[in-house]
Amino acid sequence: MSKVLDNLRYADSHEWVLVEGDIATVGITDYAQHALGNIVYVDMPEIGDEVVAGEEFGAVESVKAASDLISPVSGEVVEINEALEDAPELINEDAFANWIMKVKLSDAAEADALLDAAAYAKLCEE
Amino acid sequence: MKYYDKLIFELSHSGRKGYELPANKIAGHALESIPESLRRSVPAELPEVSEPDVVRHYTNLSSKNFGVDTGFYPLGSCTMKYNPKINEEIAQLPAFASLHPLQDSDTVQGALEVYYNLQQALASIAGLSEFTLNPYAGAHGELTGLLVMRTYHEKRGDTKRRKVIVPDSAHGTNPASAMVAGLDVVEVKSKPNGSIDVEDLKPLLNDEIAGIMMTNPNTLGMFETEIMEIADLVHKAGGLLYYDGANLNPLLGRVRPGDMGFDIMHINLHKTFSTPHGGGGPGSGPVGVRKGLEEYLPNPHVRKDADGRFYVDFGKDSLGSVSTFLGNFGVMLKAYAYILTLGKENIRNVGPMATLNANYIKESLKDDYLLPIEGVCKHEFVFDGLKDKSTGVTTLNVAKRLLDYGFHAPTIYFPLLFHESMMIEPTETESLETLDEFIDVMHKVAREAAENPDLVKEAPVTTLVRKLDETTAAKHPVLTYKAMLAND
Amino acid sequence: MSNKFIPHTPDDIARMLERIGVKSIDDLYAEVPAEVIFKEDYNIPSAMSELEIRDFFSKLGDKNKQLTIFAGGGVYDHYSPSVISHLLARSEFYTAYTPYQPEISQGTLQYIFEYQSMIAELTGMECSNASMYDGATATAETAFMMVASARKKNRVLISSTLSDRVVAVVKTYTRFHGVDLDIIPEKDGVTDLDALRKLLEKGDVAGVILPTPNKYGIIEDFSGIADEVHAAKALLAINADPSALAVLRTPAEWGADIACGDGQTLGMPLSFGGPYLGYIACSKAQLRKMPGRVVGVTTDADGKRAYVLTLQAREQHIRREKATSNICSNQSLMALYATVYVALMGRKGLVEVNEMSADGAHYLFDKLTASGKYTPAFPGKPFLKEFVVHTELDIKALNKRLADNGIMGGIDLGDGNLMLAVTEKRSLEEIDRLIKLMTEA
Repeated sequence: MSKVLDNLRYADSHEWVLVEGDIATVGITDYAQHALGNIVYVDMPEIGDEVVAGEEFGAVESVKAASDLISPVSGEVVEINEALEDAPELINEDAFANWIMKVKLSDAAEADALLDAAAYAKLCEE
Repeated sequence: MKYYDKLIFELSHSGRKGYELPANKIAGHALESIPESLRRSVPAELPEVSEPDVVRHYTNLSSKNFGVDTGFYPLGSCTMKYNPKINEEIAQLPAFASLHPLQDSDTVQGALEVYYNLQQALASIAGLSEFTLNPYAGAHGELTGLLVMRTYHEKRGDTKRRKVIVPDSAHGTNPASAMVAGLDVVEVKSKPNGSIDVEDLKPLLNDEIAGIMMTNPNTLGMFETEIMEIADLVHKAGGLLYYDGANLNPLLGRVRPGDMGFDIMHINLHKTFSTPHGGGGPGSGPVGVRKGLEEYLPNPHVRKDADGRFYVDFGKDSLGSVSTFLGNFGVMLKAYAYILTLGKENIRNVGPMATLNANYIKESLKDDYLLPIEGVCKHEFVFDGLKDKSTGVTTLNVAKRLLDYGFHAPTIYFPLLFHESMMIEPTETESLETLDEFIDVMHKVAREAAENPDLVKEAPVTTLVRKLDETTAAKHPVLTYKAMLAND
Repeated sequence: MSNKFIPHTPDDIARMLERIGVKSIDDLYAEVPAEVIFKEDYNIPSAMSELEIRDFFSKLGDKNKQLTIFAGGGVYDHYSPSVISHLLARSEFYTAYTPYQPEISQGTLQYIFEYQSMIAELTGMECSNASMYDGATATAETAFMMVASARKKNRVLISSTLSDRVVAVVKTYTRFHGVDLDIIPEKDGVTDLDALRKLLEKGDVAGVILPTPNKYGIIEDFSGIADEVHAAKALLAINADPSALAVLRTPAEWGADIACGDGQTLGMPLSFGGPYLGYIACSKAQLRKMPGRVVGVTTDADGKRAYVLTLQAREQHIRREKATSNICSNQSLMALYATVYVALMGRKGLVEVNEMSADGAHYLFDKLTASGKYTPAFPGKPFLKEFVVHTELDIKALNKRLADNGIMGGIDLGDGNLMLAVTEKRSLEEIDRLIKLMTEA
């Protein structure tokens, strides 16, 4: 049974979002890291990139699989988690503590449309 | 035999050498005329080893490999048939191997004749008009074929056609080749039996479609029985049909892609025409086209004039060049020798015997392995893992256990339509006795999975090395000897 | 049915059909629409025995002429030690597939690791892949790699002094893929660096591809260029002859991010244009954008050192249309060729090969230009084993006469320019004979 945190919002493509003011922190869920297995590489965006909700912003790779990262929100990338460059396995250790990027939101309402914890937990069970 | 794992660099001793060149009678010290700033400042740290050291080292490495000559290699979609030895002898003849690719055509008539006649033979086998032998491999052939498709539309001023339809069950190279060719991929769904869903295809066809990429039999080894209707639909929509020749082997002697309505195709000489896979290459991926598309094939072309002389030509309507010269010529010699050895009498048995072998294995194993699609297959078929799913033994476990029993594993986890895909292709060169041995071992593994699943999950246990730590290898890639030393 | 490659006896076939539950071979094709069943014979000759095959190809071979070669143009007649063909004939090597099952493919995986190490040494770069089809396709893939790395820029510059045949392939790839390709003009036989600077000014360049030696055999001076290219936030790639890199300044020493080229010079037979191999090597920063197979070292469950295909998740069989390349093989056996060659020739042999080639080429150049019948096409430009001379003589007639004397002369570049190459295989006697034939007319 994978972990779901109550204070976060979720995309059905298995990314989580934490909105604080106009900054959204984005990562992948515990369910996603489980499904991928040992993560060996995270292809992250660059600071200054514009990301668009529903579009790809990077990828996570395990030994024999790769999965696109879909941005749940739109805006400008203001920070990336550089620790993942050398230690992508941090996501396997704790997917919620090890975020991937921080986005300055261009439309804060987008996050409201995402799933809440209960709805996401239900999605994972299906 | 004792375990050997030294690198050639670890055999190196300063002062040793593995070569002898004639005395340098000129001794002009010409290198010194090159300004020092244009010369290398530090010597390359290459091995210094004697000739016997080199021979023993690589002979030892060869003994750590499994090839078709070692044992049965039922790797689906790769057509691991026997590689005739005479072909190797022919390819090494100095009369061919010593030819410079830019020699005047008067001095290479024999080589050009091989190229020309092989492309003619392939055209006859494919039911198409003309072939280029320039592409280096199957994926390179796919790219070339798609560029022919694009050039055809461009020359007609039909510039809107920038999408290509690819089945969801296609080989991974199909969508990747489309991407390289600058085409957007539109996926068409497969029906539960793996064949293209014609009803799903219809709405995809419009004036933006350049064509469709298909293989027939498809990647499940099943013949696409609705091919004539598909061809008709695609042609009516203005698109072309591309045939991925990876699965051509079962059709030899029975069906020609051109007769099924395909306009463009590639052939893997290293699959259907017996040239060795070489541990990953060199292959050869000739591309054939129907009448009317010949001029778009890549440069250079080999042509024959009215007097029967062969010459090399650069056509102005060609899509351009995809190779430096005329492709992997050495591989063409082998394929041509194979076709001539079989001749028209025997080549027609290739497809039927490959199909017979595949169906024999399928029918013999379907009590233990899950056969998701019933019916006669062609050269290969797919099991969805063991029938008994309660043991937790996966397709990967079965594949590794086969290594313990001296067989190469089938292709695993492809196609993506099933979770536990195990794709088996025996080819026509395997005898009934070999197939029976394989079938016995597969049954034995199924029994082991039921009685002692951990034994199968531990596999392989008898191979020179066992399960590898692929995660660390991918996370922190160490790709050279120098990096390995720095890492220690 | 039975033939030496197809073992099925009528009895075998009957037993197998019975197991399958069909009556005839035709029943195995029952689902195929009748109108596409091919009933005729292919238009190919009747079967030949091995003796007839040998005879057939021997006669075909007689229609070729084996010449003493003084031409290059990107491929060179270097010496191939006997050991190589013997080791390549080990069928455990050549009848294997791509090493997807590493436990039974350590031979292939280890030689590729050695190959990568050697290419990295020769180019000075940190990483190498397992090889590409040829030098031209490797250069085209290098252009894609630079665009993928730059992300938002789509323009690649390539020097007009790179081989025309290589540029032609790069043009095909880039045109259809939608990459903008600009040719940097040449001046006096070398890349016009001022023109390059101008092209960089626009700020939209993803990468620059330069050659060493170039298509005239000239060793160009790229001092300071890497800094200028990097200042324009672009990558530098150098297409280099790997054999020549034993003595010439390496792509890494020039500050390049990527090295690419054709491996034919590592002792491979000319073989009428192939098989050879293409190589790509790069800095660590570019590794994940590099196409093709890559082998890494790791350990097995018992802690033994072992090798494995790695970084596979970026390849076509997993990424499909999102992969950076569609390549799904390499020229593996030719990589073994290069590996055994470099192992034999080693640190000193490759230098010696270049010394002898350069001595022969410079000797020929000096004698031809001293004859008064030939002048240097690019006076004062440094070269290694290949050079261009200008002549008023009829080059076609000259080359015809040479061919009649068993010699492949230089490559006719047009406008009275003739390009000749000399390798360590050409003896002083052969060179003197060529000089005599070229100057006596």
